[in-house]
Amino acid sequence: MSTTTEQQPPQTDLLERPVAVAGDPLAAPSPKAPRRAARSMYQKHSKVYPKAVHGTFRRIKWAALAVLLAIYYVLPWVRWDRGPNAPDQAVLLDLANRRFYLFFVELWPQQIYYLTGALILAALGLFLATSLAGRVWCGYACPQTVWTDLYVWVERLVEGDRGERIRLDQGAWTARKAGRKVLKNLIWLLIALATGGAWIFYFTDAPTLLGEMLRFEVSSTALGFIGLFTATTYLLAGFAREQVCTYMCPWPRFQSAMIDEDSLIVTYQDWRGEGRSLLRKSQSWEERRAEGLGDCIDCFNCVQVCPAGIDIRDGLQMQCIGCGLCIDACDEIMTKVGRPTGLITFDTQTSQVAVATGGQPVPFRLLRPRTILYTLMMLVIAGGIGVGLLLKPGLDISVLRDRAPLFVALSDGSVRNAYTFKISNMTRDPRAYTLAVSGVTGASLSVAGDGQDEQAGTQRLTAGADMVATYRIFVTAPRTGLQGASQPLTFRLTSADGEVATYDSVFMGPAN
Amino acid sequence: MAQKEKDALSGVETTGHEWDGLRELNNPLPKWWLYIFYVCIAWSLVYYVFYPAWPLGKSYTKGLLGYSQREELVQKVAEGKKAQEKYLTAIAATSVEDIQKNKDLLAFAMAGGRSYFNENCAACHGAGGQGAKGFPTLADDVWLWGGTTADIYKTIQHGIRADDGDTRGTVGIGMTAFGKDGILNREQIAQVAEYVLSLNKRSTDAAAAEKGKTVYDENCAACHGDSAQGSVAVGMDVGAPPLVTANWLYGGDKATLVETITNGRAGVMPAWSKRLDDATVKSLAVYVHNLGGGK
Repeated sequence: MSTTTEQQPPQTDLLERPVAVAGDPLAAPSPKAPRRAARSMYQKHSKVYPKAVHGTFRRIKWAALAVLLAIYYVLPWVRWDRGPNAPDQAVLLDLANRRFYLFFVELWPQQIYYLTGALILAALGLFLATSLAGRVWCGYACPQTVWTDLYVWVERLVEGDRGERIRLDQGAWTARKAGRKVLKNLIWLLIALATGGAWIFYFTDAPTLLGEMLRFEVSSTALGFIGLFTATTYLLAGFAREQVCTYMCPWPRFQSAMIDEDSLIVTYQDWRGEGRSLLRKSQSWEERRAEGLGDCIDCFNCVQVCPAGIDIRDGLQMQCIGCGLCIDACDEIMTKVGRPTGLITFDTQTSQVAVATGGQPVPFRLLRPRTILYTLMMLVIAGGIGVGLLLKPGLDISVLRDRAPLFVALSDGSVRNAYTFKISNMTRDPRAYTLAVSGVTGASLSVAGDGQDEQAGTQRLTAGADMVATYRIFVTAPRTGLQGASQPLTFRLTSADGEVATYDSVFMGPAN
Repeated sequence: MAQKEKDALSGVETTGHEWDGLRELNNPLPKWWLYIFYVCIAWSLVYYVFYPAWPLGKSYTKGLLGYSQREELVQKVAEGKKAQEKYLTAIAATSVEDIQKNKDLLAFAMAGGRSYFNENCAACHGAGGQGAKGFPTLADDVWLWGGTTADIYKTIQHGIRADDGDTRGTVGIGMTAFGKDGILNREQIAQVAEYVLSLNKRSTDAAAAEKGKTVYDENCAACHGDSAQGSVAVGMDVGAPPLVTANWLYGGDKATLVETITNGRAGVMPAWSKRLDDATVKSLAVYVHNLGGGK
C-alpha cells in the first residue's frame, strides 16, 4: 500500500490558490479530530461551547431567530374567513378530513401535486441562496440552527459564557452545579414543550385544541405528537446540535456543487493572516511583518464562537454552516489591535484571489448563468402554481368505464355501457348538476336506482357540499348509430351556476 | 495493518485501503451512533424473550407475550363480523325492495353483494354478470324468470329446476325436445326456425317462414307467447325467453335454433338459500338488480 511517501503534485485549481478555501472539505483536518495512536473506528464527541459574540452577523442571526420563531408560533392563530361551513384557520393541515388550507388556497388530496411544486420551489430557492451567499439557510433559517441558537442562549443565561460553562462541566458536582443544570434543562424542556405543542396547532383548530389542553382533554394522538416533538426538540437542539448538521443532514455533502468562485462565503484571508502568532506588546506590526508573521494573532476567538466547533482558518469545511459569527469575533479583535477588519470575511473566491494577488476587490456578480437559471426556473414553477391555483376548479369529475361486461346488448338491439361516475364538489354549498353525453349518435342516459330512467339526453345529479358523490351511469345507444367497436364519448357536467367539467371516455359495442 | 498511514495532503489517517491510487480516509463516526447500534442489539434480545423468534424444527419459540399473527387475524375478522352485524341483521329483517330505498343498507348490500357475487356467481355468470352461452347475462334487460328485485331474490333463494320445493320451473323439465321426442319432423323444425328468424327480420325464405308460423302457433306459443314475447310477459313462470330479441341465450343463428328446437333446453341453477344466509342472498339480489338490467 502506498503511503505518505508519495507526494501529491501541487494542484493548480483555483480552489487551491492562496485563499484559505479548500474545495475538498476533507482537506481540512478538524481540530475536533484528535490524532490518536490507537486507531478507532468511531470519533469521540467533544462538546462545543460557543462563546458569546457581538456584531453585524450576530444581529442578523438574532433578527432571523426572532422573526422565524414568531412566524412559527403565531401562524396557527391567524384566522381566515372561508364562509360558514369551513374552518377559519389560515393555515390548517386537516389530515382527519383530508383537506389542506393555506390562506385562500384549499387543497384536496388529489391536488397534492401542488406540494411537489412547492418542494421543487423550495429546493431551487435553496440552490439559489447557496449559489449567491453560501449556506445562509444552514446558518440562519434552518430550524436546527434556530432552536440550537435559542438553546445556547438559554445555556449562556443560566450557566454563563464559554469559560464558565467549561469550568462548570469540569468541576465537581456541587449543589450550585446541580441547580444550574436542573434549571437549564427545565427551561429547555419548557421550550421543547412549547415547540411540540405549537406544531400540532397546524393540524387542528388551534383555539379549540388550546381549550382542550387547558381542560386536560387532549386526545392521546395529540399527546403522542406533542411528546414526540418535545423529545426531538430537546434532544436535537439541546444535545445533538452541530452533530445533526455534520452527520445527519445530507445538505453539507453536496453543497459544494452549488457554490462557485462567485458565491459569497465565509473565508479566512490566509495570505494576510498566516504566520499566525500571538501578539507581543513589545512588537510593532512592522516588526511582525519583518519576521514573516501575519495579521492573525492566534487568539482563537473565531474558533470559540463557532457553533459548529471548527477552525475557519483551515478553509471552507463541510461542517461550516456559514453563519459568519467568526467574522464578528475576528473583526472585534482586529479593531482592538488596530488592524483592518475582514481577516475573516464574507466574500467571493474571485474577489479574494484578486485581493490576495495585489489587485482590487471584484464586485459581487449577482447575475450569473446559474443564478439567472435558478431564478427563471423558480419563476416558471411559481407561475405554474399560481395559474393553477387561480384557475382551480370547484368541480372535478372522474369516470371509470365498466370492463366486465365491456358492453351489454339489449333485447331491442341497442347497446349499453356502464360507468362509475364521481363528482367532487369542491365548494362549500350543495350543488345540482346537469349531465350530458356527446360523441355517440342517439345516446341516452340513465342513472342506477334514482327512478329517472332512460330520460333522453340529460340527467340531473347532485353532490353535497365539500363531498364526492358517486353514481352509476348507463349510456344506451342504438346499434345503427355506432361506428366500430370503440368510439369516443364525452361526459359534460354543468353545474347550476354554470361551471363545466368534461371527461373523455369511450363507448364500446360489437365489432360489426 | 501494522503501521498507521496519514494522508499527506489532509493529514487525516487512512484506513489503509487503496484503489488505483485513491486512499480511503478514516473520518470516524461519532461514538453515540455505535451505542445506538448496541441498543438495537439489546432490543432484539428483549424481543426474543417476549415475541416469537427462533425456529425449532417444526415448532418455534413462542415468547412470553404469546403473540401470534394468526390469532390477531382471527380476532380482526371477528371484530369485522361484529361491526357488520348491525347491518346484516337489518338487511335480514328488511324486504329487498325496502333495502333499495334505504341509502345505508343499499350501500352495504352493494359492497357485500359484489364480493358474494364474485365468490359464488361469477364462475358461471361472469364478472359483472356478463354471462356466457347458456348462462344468462345479468346486466341486460332479458329476464327469463322476472327482473324485479323480488323476482331475482326468489330465483337466487330457490334456484331454477333445482332440488328445492319452491324452485322455479320443474326439476328435469325444460323446453321440449321437439325433434328428439318425435313431435316435429326435420322439415317442420326448419320451418319454425325460419319463422323465428322472420320475427327478427332475418329470414331468407318467406315461404318456409309462413309455414313455420302454423307450427309455432301449435307447439311454441303456449310458453313463448302468441307474439313470441316470452313467458314473463304473458305471466307464466316457465322461463321461456322472448324470441323477438337481439339477445340469445344459446345463439340466434338458424343452426343453433334448429339444435335448440330438436333437443330442447333446460338450464339449471342451484338453490342458494341452502348455502348462503338470508342477508347474503338479499345483498346478492340487490347487487344483481343494480348491475344494470333490473326492472
